[in-house]
Formats: sequence, C-alpha cells, structure tokens
Amino acid sequence: MSLWNDFQPRFPRVPQIMANFYFLTHFYTLIIVSIGAALLGTVSGALGTYAVLRRQSLLGDAISHAALPGIAIAFMLTGSKTPLILVLGAAIAGWVGTLIILSIVRLTRIKYDSAFSLVLSTFFGFGLVLLTQIQRNGDANQAGLDDFIFGQAATMLKRDVLTIGILGGIALIIMLILWKELKLLIFDEGFAASIGFPTRALDILLTSLFVIAIVIGLQAVGAVLMSAMLVAPAVAARQWTDKISLMVLLAACFGALAGVSGTFISSIAVGVPTGPTIILCATVIVGFSIAFAPNRGLLWNSIRQRRNRRSLKIAAAKLIGAATTENQIKNDTRSS
Amino acid sequence: MQTHETNAIQVTDLTVAYRETPVLWDIDLDVPPGVLLAIVGPNGAGKTTLIKAILGLVRPAAGNVLIYNKPYDAQRRIVGYVPQRGSVDWDFPTNVLDVVMMGRYGALGWIKRPGKHDRELAMHALEKVGMEKYTNRQISQLSGGQQQRVFLARALVQDAIVYLMDEPFQGVDATTERAIVTLLQELRANGKTVVVVHHDLQTVTDYFDWVTLLNIRRIASGPVDDTFTPDNLRETYGGRVAFMKNR
Amino acid sequence: MIQDHLDIILNHLDIILIAIVTASACALPGVFLVLRRMTLMSDAISHAILPGIVLAFFLTHNISSPLLILAATATGVLTVVFVELLQKTKLVKEDAAIGLTFPALFSIGVILISRYAGNMHLDTDAVLLGELAHAPLNILKIYGYELGPVSIYVMGGMLVLNLAFILIFYKELKLATFDASLAATLGFAPTLIHYGLMTLVSMTTVGAFDAVGSILVVALIAGPPATAYLMTDSLARMLILSVVIGCVNAVSGYLLAYVFDVSIAGTIATMTFLVFGLIFMIVPNRGLIAIARRHIRQKWEFAQTMLVIHLFNHEGLPEAHEESEIEHLHEHLQWEPTFATRVVKQALNNRYVSQEATQLMLTDRGRSIAQRALVQ
Repeated sequence: MSLWNDFQPRFPRVPQIMANFYFLTHFYTLIIVSIGAALLGTVSGALGTYAVLRRQSLLGDAISHAALPGIAIAFMLTGSKTPLILVLGAAIAGWVGTLIILSIVRLTRIKYDSAFSLVLSTFFGFGLVLLTQIQRNGDANQAGLDDFIFGQAATMLKRDVLTIGILGGIALIIMLILWKELKLLIFDEGFAASIGFPTRALDILLTSLFVIAIVIGLQAVGAVLMSAMLVAPAVAARQWTDKISLMVLLAACFGALAGVSGTFISSIAVGVPTGPTIILCATVIVGFSIAFAPNRGLLWNSIRQRRNRRSLKIAAAKLIGAATTENQIKNDTRSS
Repeated sequence: MQTHETNAIQVTDLTVAYRETPVLWDIDLDVPPGVLLAIVGPNGAGKTTLIKAILGLVRPAAGNVLIYNKPYDAQRRIVGYVPQRGSVDWDFPTNVLDVVMMGRYGALGWIKRPGKHDRELAMHALEKVGMEKYTNRQISQLSGGQQQRVFLARALVQDAIVYLMDEPFQGVDATTERAIVTLLQELRANGKTVVVVHHDLQTVTDYFDWVTLLNIRRIASGPVDDTFTPDNLRETYGGRVAFMKNR
Repeated sequence: MIQDHLDIILNHLDIILIAIVTASACALPGVFLVLRRMTLMSDAISHAILPGIVLAFFLTHNISSPLLILAATATGVLTVVFVELLQKTKLVKEDAAIGLTFPALFSIGVILISRYAGNMHLDTDAVLLGELAHAPLNILKIYGYELGPVSIYVMGGMLVLNLAFILIFYKELKLATFDASLAATLGFAPTLIHYGLMTLVSMTTVGAFDAVGSILVVALIAGPPATAYLMTDSLARMLILSVVIGCVNAVSGYLLAYVFDVSIAGTIATMTFLVFGLIFMIVPNRGLIAIARRHIRQKWEFAQTMLVIHLFNHEGLPEAHEESEIEHLHEHLQWEPTFATRVVKQALNNRYVSQEATQLMLTDRGRSIAQRALVQ
C-alpha cells in the first residue's frame, strides 16, 4: 500500500565535518547552480514585474501547479528527461490550465478565485496520479521527476542552466523588443486597442512569457514555490522606484541576488534545501524594502506622518495662540 | 443617409449586445465636421458603449460606423481617444511625460521608441493643458483634475481630427473644468470634431453646440437649441428631470 | 474474482469512510469561501500551516496530537491576519500579498523539516501530498481498547464543528456573505464571522492534511462548492449538494485509485475536476450545452428583434422606403446576405413583418415587439 517509500526527499544531509570537503569538491557544481539560480532570478524578476502590475501575481501559482501533469505526460510519451522536452510539456499543460481558468470565468458565474483554486489543485492531483503510475512501473529513468514538486537546485546540470539561459534569454529579448507595446497594454488596454495594437494577441504573448519564466524554474525551485519568484522581486522593486524601467531592472537584480544568496546559504548550512532558501532570501529582500525604502517604505511613512502631525500641531497652536491673544487684547481694551 | 456632405462620424443601424442583453438598439447618428457634441443619457444608457463601438473596441451585432466615409481601421490615425479616468491604475510606476508620450505610439507603430521629436510634441501638449510644471511627476501623486489633463494631453499628442472623450469632466475641480471647456472650444474652432460623454445636464447648453440624447436607443440628435428640449429629455430620462424646469 | 475485489474494498471501508468524512468537512466551509471569493485564502492557509505543524511536531512527536492541530490552526489564522496587514500598508495589492505570504511560510516549514526532522516520521512529501492509505494505520487507543483510526475521530469532529457553526450562525453567515455592510449596520459583526470562518477553514485544513495533503485539500474545499454553484441558486441546497458531490468524488476517486493502484488523493482531485467538467457540460440553464443551444436560439430571436426595431425606427420617415428594401437590408445592418435572407424569412413566418413588393412592412405584432424591446 505504501506508495511513498521510494519517494523520500533527497535533500543532502551531510555531517558537519564532511560539509567543508563537500563544499570544496563541489565548487564547480556550486558555481553552475549559482549561475542557474541567478539567471532564473533575473528572468522571473523582470517578467514578474508585469505580472504584479497586472494584478496577476497568482497566475504563476496556477501555471506552476498545472504544469505537473505536463511534465509527467512528456516523460511518459518520450521516456526522456531532456530539460527542453519536460519544459515543453510543462508549458503546454500550464497554458491549458490557464485557458481553462479563463473559460470557466467567462462562461459561468464562478469567480476567478474559485476557478483558479479548482484548476490548480486538480491538475496537480492528476500530475501526482501520473507520477505514481510512472513510479510503479519502475522506470529506471524516472528518478528526479518528483524534483518538480519541491525543486532540487543541487541537481542542476550544465544543460539545465543552458536551457534556463536560452529560454529565459529569448523571453527577455521579446520583452525588451516589445517594451513600449507591453507597457501600454498593462497601463491602458483600451487606449492600446484604439490606436491599433492587437491587445488580444499581446495578452496571449505576455501570458506565454509568464509560462516560460515559470517552467524554466520548476526544476530548481519546484512547483509549490516557483510563483513566489515571480512576485517577490517585483514587489520589492516597486518600493524603491516609480519608474517602470528601473523597476524591471531592480526586480531582475533582486531576483538574481535572491538566487545566488539562497544557493550559497544552502550550500554552507547543512541540510537546508536550495529552493526554499532562495524564496526566503527573496522574502527578506521584500521585507527590507517594505520597511526601509525611501518615500514608500513604512519607516519613511511613519516619520513623515509624525512630522506632519507635529507641524499641524504647531500650526494649530499658533492659530489658537493668535486667537487667545486677540481675545485678550479685545478683553483688555473692553475692560479698560 | 441622404446627407451629401461628408460626416465626421456616421453611425448606421448600430446594435451592440453584451452576451444576450442589448446595450444599444439600432443607433443612427450623423456627426457633422467641426461640432462639439455631448452624448447625454441616464446611467446604463450605453454612452460609453457607443464610444467604444465607434472606436471598434466592441464588436457590434449589426450596423456600421464610418469616420469621414471610411471604416475606423483605415482612419485610426485621425481619431483621438480619452478613456474614462477610472479605467486605469494610477499607481502604475510612470510619470506624466511618459503617459502623454503614449499618444505617439500609434504614429510610431511597432517597436520604434519615442524620440526627441515626440518628447517636444508631448511637452507642447502639456503646456496646452497647463501641466508643463508636472512633467516628471509620478502619476499617483496627481489630483483627479490633473490626471484628466494628462489624459487630454495624451489625446492632443495624437494630433487627431476627430476626438472621442469618455466623461472628461468626471470628478474634476472647477478650474480644470473651465480649462477643459476652453480647450474643447479651441479644438472646435480649429475645425476638429469633438464627441464627449457628458453627465451634467445643467452645463450642456453652455459648453456644447450639438447634443445626442441616448437611452439604449437614440432619442434625438442635433443642434442643442433644437434638440435639448424638455420633451426629449423627458423621453430620455423618463420624467426624472424636474431640476430642468427653471431653465 | 469480482467477489475478491469486493472483499478487499469492503476491508478498506475505513479508508472510504475517512475520505467521505474529510470531503464533507471540507465542502461545508468551502461553500462560503466560494461565495465570498476567498478560496485563494484556503490555498494560502493550506501551505502556510506547514511551519505550525512542524514546530508542534517537534514539541509533541505525535502527528495527531491536539496541540499540533491547535498550533497549525493558529498559523493558518495568522496567515490571514498577515495577508490583511500587508494589504493595509497599501504598498502591496491583495493578490501579491497572498503570493508573498504563503511561499515564505511554506519555505520555513520545508527548511525546518529537512534540517531537523530527518529521522522522524515526518517528511515534506507526506505533508504536501498526504496518503490516505496510511490514515487507518494510526489507531486511537484508550486504556488499551482500539477505537478505530484517529483520522475518523479528528475529521468527524471537524465535520460536527463545521456543521454546528453553520447551523448556529446560518443567518449571520448568509448576511455577511451577501451584504457585509448591511450585516455590520444590523450589528452582526461580519469581522467576527469572517475570523470564525477562517479559523474553521484552518482547523479543517490541518485535520485533512494528514489524509490528503495540503494541496489537495484545496480541491476538496473549492471543487464541490464550485460544482454545486453551477446547479442551484439556493444557499441551503448548495450546502447539501456540495457535501453530496464531495462524497461522490471521494468514493469514485478511491475506486479509481484502487483499480489503477495510484495515489488516492490524486485520483480524488482528478475526479473533482472530471465531475465539475461533466456538470459544467450537462447542467440545465448554466451548462455548456444549454448555453450553446440558448445562444443559437437567441441569435435568431435577437436578429429578428433587430430587424423589427430597424424598421420601427425608420417607419414613417423620409428614408423609410430605402431602409426597408429587402435587397438593401444586409447592407444597412452589415449582415451576411444569406443571414439576412434567413432572418427575413423567419420574421415573415412569425408575422412580425409583411412583404409588399420589395418592401418589408411592420405588422402590429412586429411593432409591439419593437416597442417592448425599446422600453424594456
């Protein structure tokens, strides 16, 4: 009955003394993984800016969960674990899931959130069914497929990094080429349509870019956490700037920073998985930004509020003071 | 119909339906060149939908729209559009100049970025609406009236011949309202045609020279003096225009 | 042969019973989440309770300890509070606030597990994915008497609690769901109801994660109510239908898992989607088939109404002659000529119009239809 005996997480658990040795001999691996994580953070940070500005922050969550059956089917059909093939399967399934969500919302009275939760959880469940099926068949080649649930950055190989680099690079280039069109689409879709840009096609393109950004990160960070890579860097970047170009740039930098720092921390601290550490690093950046960013940040706001209140008090005091002296003068003149 | 001169906008037998509910029934509307026209009607009368249908943003179930005798797709470059202010997120990270420059995107076409010339045009438009001091202001820090002026400047940059504006007076201060009226009348004086969705019945006769009364169907359309009559208003609003008596 | 299978299934009645009780307990609060557009919160809660479960597990070393349920529930409610606080800063929009909070908490949970729980009976797969087949193995023993699987008692308790909450606060829940501001003015404290509901959702999620895992809990919470929402307009009926659909999904999912020997939680989720899809197709009025049929019928009815209104608008005006010329109709209305011909034919059959030479004239019936459509 036990289906999960051979399905334990494979996070490295190495004794402390061994760790330093592990660190040195695997320096090359570490570099590869860091490059992969940095690339991933750059791509998802930059594209995530658009997702956050469009209030589609959770779309990444749906895409990443819905991608699981795609990965399983791609493996079942081809028997191959080539990253490109698995990513393609994930992308198609992610797309189908997104389309189903949109059609349910359009055709029924069910609201976005319910359609979203339904598709996300049931696609993921179907993916699990397929994964257990693959595992039961005992295919020797299957190892590593479940990495797509939690992610396993440590197993990233050169070809995985290459896949991330090429696909992510294409997505970023498209984003840069269509910079002005996508910006207009997000800010004012109606106006964009009125001056002749095909908003429906641009919308589909933008969602496709999100799908790319999500699926290339699945292996490293996993389906459950990948959506945060899209949201966190963008939210952090938003606090520091009011300019969209700077926001994209900052989000890309924050994403890369979270990727690299997460990789290094998890390689030093024993038994700490990479994906969640990257997410926590990104969250720390968000927390810091919300607290301390100039102008928008909480600290800045409370200082400004206090200052406003004080100047208001002084002004009020002056007014009252003026009134009382005036009254006094009146009273004085009257009494005299 | 049997008008021989070219109409700036000619709407023929236009019906628009969302799903199964009709929003506009068989609208005929001729807008001659060089008029300042108000579209007036109660909430849910289809005013915004009419503008959107003229702009090709919603697909009609029947009927036809011509701008200077050609379909909208062919005349896009001579039409300027001011959407409702509330239709965009003003917390978007961009500044005033950047929004106004979006008015040039249509002329620029795909991929090409705005340059020095576009920047000059945008600055000029900002001067016209009295916003030249706010060029680098973040748009979330603007007042409602200032936001509306930015949207107007963006339409001016389009350098159009026909302008369609969706409630430009919605929630603006008195100064801005006067500035907008002056601007609209200036546009008309230069031979442009301006169509405005309008809410305030009190000001129709002061601001506009043409009016279209709309309530799902077209009640009346023509010069304000002939068209803006108590009878027509009663038909449009269903008797709820008591405050018009003292005019 | 069939007898053998039947025996095995009967032997596993306890699994089916746990599945049914869990599905019912999840569906009840799910109805209100769907109606309040808050199912994303259940998604967030189901992930975010992980660190609560882990920390409590470190303390108790018992996966079904009441303390564990308490701690995890507190984490769930904290998540809701945290998301709302983050939104209140106005620096982050709601969707982003949810998208930030639960991955962070979940990450903490995963790190805690892999760092410290290596040798304990707790791993990330079990928490995230659950395993219904293991649920009956954990037997409740009191003074040496075996009283059946713990899960049945935990989820049975949740079911009773949810049912009691809904029955007692039915009126308040209904009002707070459909008109929060009215509820507030009437003194029904919608905030209290809100947090009460969120606490129940957290508790139910914690209770269910053991059996079905945290992601599939979302399928149990959102799936059946969304399906029921397609079928009825009445809240009471929606509650009952949701429970029934949840049970159908659970039982059919279990049978599917048994036949194909795959993850039970996964097949229940799959069945949830398939049942939703089936209902979505066939349900009267709101189903895809009904929509398509109505659409076709209405397309022709609508076209005829357009035609009579067109004629009505130009009746008695100078251009009427030109506008009611059959040959020119499709040009005026921008219709395909064949479409126009068919609409005219239908309108003639319905006696909305009559034909005089090449002209279409409105009948009295057609005129009254046009008038009625215009006044609405």
